Amino acid sequence: METLAPLAYLVASVCFIMALRGLSHPESARGGLMYGMCGMGLAVLTTLLLPNVVSYGWIVAGVIIGGTIGTIIAMKIQMTALPQLVAAFHSLVGLAAVFVAAAAFTNPEAYHIGVAGNIKVASLIEMSLGVAIGAITFTGSIIAWGKLQGVITGKPLTFKGQHLLNAALGGLLAFLIVMLCTTQSAFLFFLVIVLALALGVLLILPIGGADMPVIVSMLNSYSGWAAAGIGFTLHNNLLIVTGALVGASGAILSYIMCKGMNRSFMNVILGGFGGEQTASAAASMGDRTAKIGSAEDAAYILKNASSVIIVPGYGMAVAQAQHALREAADLLKKEGVKVRYAIHPVAGRMPGHMNVLLAEASVPYDDVLELEDINRDFAMTDVVYVIGANDITNPSAKNDPSSPIYGMPVLDVEKAKTVLFVKRSMGSGYAGIDNPLFFADNTMMLLGDAKKMTEDIVKALEH
Amino acid sequence: MSNDTNLTENAADLANQAKVLSDMAAEIALQASQSLSHAGGDDFLVTGLTVFVLACFVGYYVVWRVTPALHSPLMAITNAISSVIIVGALIAAGPAGLTFSKFLGFLAVILASINIFGGFIVTRRMLAMFKKKS
Repeated sequence: METLAPLAYLVASVCFIMALRGLSHPESARGGLMYGMCGMGLAVLTTLLLPNVVSYGWIVAGVIIGGTIGTIIAMKIQMTALPQLVAAFHSLVGLAAVFVAAAAFTNPEAYHIGVAGNIKVASLIEMSLGVAIGAITFTGSIIAWGKLQGVITGKPLTFKGQHLLNAALGGLLAFLIVMLCTTQSAFLFFLVIVLALALGVLLILPIGGADMPVIVSMLNSYSGWAAAGIGFTLHNNLLIVTGALVGASGAILSYIMCKGMNRSFMNVILGGFGGEQTASAAASMGDRTAKIGSAEDAAYILKNASSVIIVPGYGMAVAQAQHALREAADLLKKEGVKVRYAIHPVAGRMPGHMNVLLAEASVPYDDVLELEDINRDFAMTDVVYVIGANDITNPSAKNDPSSPIYGMPVLDVEKAKTVLFVKRSMGSGYAGIDNPLFFADNTMMLLGDAKKMTEDIVKALEH
Repeated sequence: MSNDTNLTENAADLANQAKVLSDMAAEIALQASQSLSHAGGDDFLVTGLTVFVLACFVGYYVVWRVTPALHSPLMAITNAISSVIIVGALIAAGPAGLTFSKFLGFLAVILASINIFGGFIVTRRMLAMFKKKS
């Protein structure tokens, strides 16, 4: 088994790579998922057969408890709550990494890395890095979960000297890790965990709700790096490979999200974006008037169009309007209208959030297009139906250098003949930025709840 | 007679010294073997880093090929597979007897299992919804 185990782990690593590879297309994705599950099964079985794993009682109990909880949560969760769920799951990986590192620290013999009080320095460094990243992932993800769930305010929480404090704590953490490696003190190990836990909270609190896609991806990446760190401690290549894959994946997603907002990663991490400009935006709106229409007006315009593009945003998820939206689209298709959906990379609260919600409402995935594939078509489109989105359609990102979102790639909805804009009230968007689109000549505002308004349109279309 | 006693004392001294020497030799040998295995550990650092860096590149190229429509399932599945950390938890929970580290391993097994089952099932649910135009 001693020689076979590394080979089995190698096969599991390849399975995980194939799992990610499968996600290049919805058709191959299900096969990829099978690879992923087989890889995990193989990894667990191989470990159970290792000679130093002899007592199965606790393990079986743990797997049954955890497996039941995980299954129930995953079966019950609503698709609109996915971002919170993913954040919560990240926190568990972080905490598991902390526990494994602590177990290795108290019983290093089991991992062949020395004896308690005299652990090899290389292993100590890897272990403390793994435990620190794991602890930051744990508390950071809990804060992200709270912000997404609405338990903690989505507004950025900032105070004076915040960055200085975080930098000082980061420096202290590095110093403690160095001290830990020289003294092997259990108290210092404990202190590293506590400090990293605190740092996780402080790092995520100042970041606003709209930036959560970046944060959730970043924490995804962290959970991978934590696993890789533990892999170094355990001298286990499978953990290192998997950690690197997950780490790279999260990092790429964060990069894509940052690019979708035209912000640097540092700018997002330092936080404090949004929530401050609201007052000035509201004031500057006073002297302009918007055209306001009813569901019947909208239904009439939609019915007489030959092509429609639907632009969904986070508001659609909040209102659970995706099913009503698909009904409206089906009715329009029956009338011979070409209906497609345009997805901005940062629409929603996690990467790919809108695609999942539309898929849930049985919208075929070939009708759903990404920004770069559909942006040219707006000029040739009769009607754009914006539902629950705001900043991602804001033309000032293109022509107003003073706008906070200037330079962000946006959907060119204003180029269409008519824009129907569903919105709860005339307030500004999540980032608190004024949207001149509301007052454009070709825009009709549909004020009301996204789901109710869409349902009313469906009723009007049925007549 | 006194010469004889001296001789025996000398012999005893010598024997003691020999014992001390052999103890020291044994200790040195032990240290050497330890440092040898230590060198093995350092070797792993290099091997591990090699594997790590190459895996980062594999991850980079594979993930860029993932279609943006499936970025949510990507997050869910990476979440599930990063719970492969359960391997470390199983080793901690594996030994006989009840120790603190075993208890920590048990907790980690629970957490990782929540993630493995939860992550894979949520991914499956999501992927099952993606349908082609009929």
